[in-house]
Amino acid sequence: MGRFLTTTAAIALALAGAGVSARAADVKEVQMLHWWTSGGEAAALNVLKEDLSKEGFAWKDVPVAGGGGDAAMTALKAMVAAGTYPTASQMLGYTVLDYAEAGVMGDLTATAKKEGWDKSVPAALQKFSVYDGKWVAAPVNVHSVNWLWINKAVMDKIGGSEPKTFDDLIALLDKAKVAGVIPLALGGQNWQEATMFDSIVLSTGGPEFYKKAFNDLDDEALKSDTMKKSFDNLAKIVQYVDPNFSGRDWNLATAMVIKGDALVQVMGDWAKGEFVAAKKTPDTDFLCYRFPGTEGSVVYNSDMFGMFNVPDDRKAAQVALATATLSKSFQSAFNVVKGSVPARTDVPDTDFDACGKKGIADLKAANEGGTLFGSLAQGYGAPPAIANAYKDVVSKFVHGQIKSSDEAVTQLVQAIDDAR
Amino acid sequence: MSTVATTDPVLTPGQATRISLRGRLQDALPKIVLAPSFVITLVFVYGFIAWTAYLSFTNSKTFPSYQLTGARAYQRLWRWTFESDPPSSWYTSITNMAIFGFLYVGICLALGLLLAILLDQKIRGEGLLRPIFLYPMALSFIVTGVAWKWFLDPGLGLEQTLHHFGWTSFHFDWIKNKDFVIYTVVIAGVWQASGFVMAMFLAGLRGIDGEIMKAAQIDGASPFQLYRRIVIPLLRPIFLSAFIVLAHMAIKSYDLVVALTSGGPGGSAWLPSNFMYEYTFKRNEMAVGSASAIIMLMTISAIIVPYLYSELKEKAR
Repeated sequence: MGRFLTTTAAIALALAGAGVSARAADVKEVQMLHWWTSGGEAAALNVLKEDLSKEGFAWKDVPVAGGGGDAAMTALKAMVAAGTYPTASQMLGYTVLDYAEAGVMGDLTATAKKEGWDKSVPAALQKFSVYDGKWVAAPVNVHSVNWLWINKAVMDKIGGSEPKTFDDLIALLDKAKVAGVIPLALGGQNWQEATMFDSIVLSTGGPEFYKKAFNDLDDEALKSDTMKKSFDNLAKIVQYVDPNFSGRDWNLATAMVIKGDALVQVMGDWAKGEFVAAKKTPDTDFLCYRFPGTEGSVVYNSDMFGMFNVPDDRKAAQVALATATLSKSFQSAFNVVKGSVPARTDVPDTDFDACGKKGIADLKAANEGGTLFGSLAQGYGAPPAIANAYKDVVSKFVHGQIKSSDEAVTQLVQAIDDAR
Repeated sequence: MSTVATTDPVLTPGQATRISLRGRLQDALPKIVLAPSFVITLVFVYGFIAWTAYLSFTNSKTFPSYQLTGARAYQRLWRWTFESDPPSSWYTSITNMAIFGFLYVGICLALGLLLAILLDQKIRGEGLLRPIFLYPMALSFIVTGVAWKWFLDPGLGLEQTLHHFGWTSFHFDWIKNKDFVIYTVVIAGVWQASGFVMAMFLAGLRGIDGEIMKAAQIDGASPFQLYRRIVIPLLRPIFLSAFIVLAHMAIKSYDLVVALTSGGPGGSAWLPSNFMYEYTFKRNEMAVGSASAIIMLMTISAIIVPYLYSELKEKAR
């Protein structure tokens, strides 16, 4: 209770503070709320800052104390509740729609028409950047989640080759185990476990099933034997982690693969950013494969800049920001550093490394083939209440609170029902 | 304020106005000075309690909604209270609260008292030892949490170090174990607070009249009897204050759980405060979060109100 009150009071103070700073805002200034503070991310954002300053717009970070998106989202909530909107904010998936529903988002449809976003941005992404026929957000990138990251030296040592099916993967992990390497680097935090489970479900049930279960939240699919089998597969793969995995951060798990302590990590392509930062090259130092059985499909999440309903005199700055964000040059420059791929499918892949080129081609193919799916673990499959209920169940299964696949399925259906 | 003028009927009219002006100011000054903090407390504590209570009966999700929709949030919490297999997050939170609260308060009191009694034996270097035990209290829970997280991590801290020294059979992975992780929170919490409790008890011990002790010693009381029959009963008020301080610290322990375990394997280290924050701000289920906050408030009231009542009654006697 005390905690709640301090928080509310802090929010109230933040409201007051944000109110003052927003009122003092210069119309030639872009106020941006984001949590990209790590070295690479900050460098990538600098590209955008420079693009904007060429057009005469200053950049102002809205300060967010504490790392991670949660603090930023709390601050944003406070600002919006006080009616003082930033020009734009980094947002994810259903959050954009939540705010759009609350009627606080701006309208960029005119700019979108002029720049042809409708054609270049994949339809699956438009589901989150277009609300009620109006463009309310500018997607910055597309991360895909169904990747395997493998240390090549370890792979050569154990004599493995690319796994094509889930059973191949298990066989490969067995080989690593025999050779005395940690087969699977996993961080035992609920979102990491659920991110891996996204890939497992897609691999076990195929694209149709994934969409039905995790995008449409179809009860039949959630209750099905295929879902049960997915949990069985999760149980199988979790046996290959080291005993110390619980609570480990994702980048530490990536570091285990980079150093060769572990063979493989199942993680989104932000892991590539870590490999690149460690001066590793795809195909010579590390390998990127699609999670076996998911080739041809892409499970994505995407960072978006949500555009708020700012007063008319600040609109020009917002339009400039949106235009610069979706320009091909920024999309390319930013995503080369971030590890992700551009949010529009017509950006040339010349500057990208092998994994990035593959990612761009995969995204294009998935977009055309209708196999581009929102990741439930990353908040693109369903609203946060449901996504978190899902993460709970997966995590409890991995850590043994839920003991059988049957029970896991029952719990999943119940939890999603509760959160609906 | 009119009371000032009416209580002094003997004054002449001229004097009355002069004195009553000064008197009124004197009378009002404390009120004027207290008013801002009173209003702030009223709004930001009691106002928000009322607001939270209201929200818990709505269907608020990401943003507060003011449309009353009944006690659905409480119904969910009620069901979750008994969902023990597999444990729901709320069930885990409240059982953890019971374990943590009981052990944390109990061990802190026992350890604090023991340390205080030992320090009270007129030993050398007391001035040095006292701050050593007291200073963990100066650390924030975040620092305590992170330090203990590293120390208890099997791949990094104690276990790894002992393995390096050759004791390879040593095994201590509570922080990674869903059934034991809450006890690591107890360990870190006790480490931080027991020195503070010691300081409270030490102050109490120093306040005990030496004559009573001497009289008891002349009567042939052993040191054990002395403490059991005389000293500890005399420390009763200190026990009560220490209990209140510890109990509210136990209930608001949020940061310690986050820093030490980041929620624990599968959310197994959650306390109700973690549940409240997660549901209100991260899961966009503000109604459920508010309902859990109200339940926490009612639980605390159930403990504190009888205590305050008995204290006030004692004063009146």
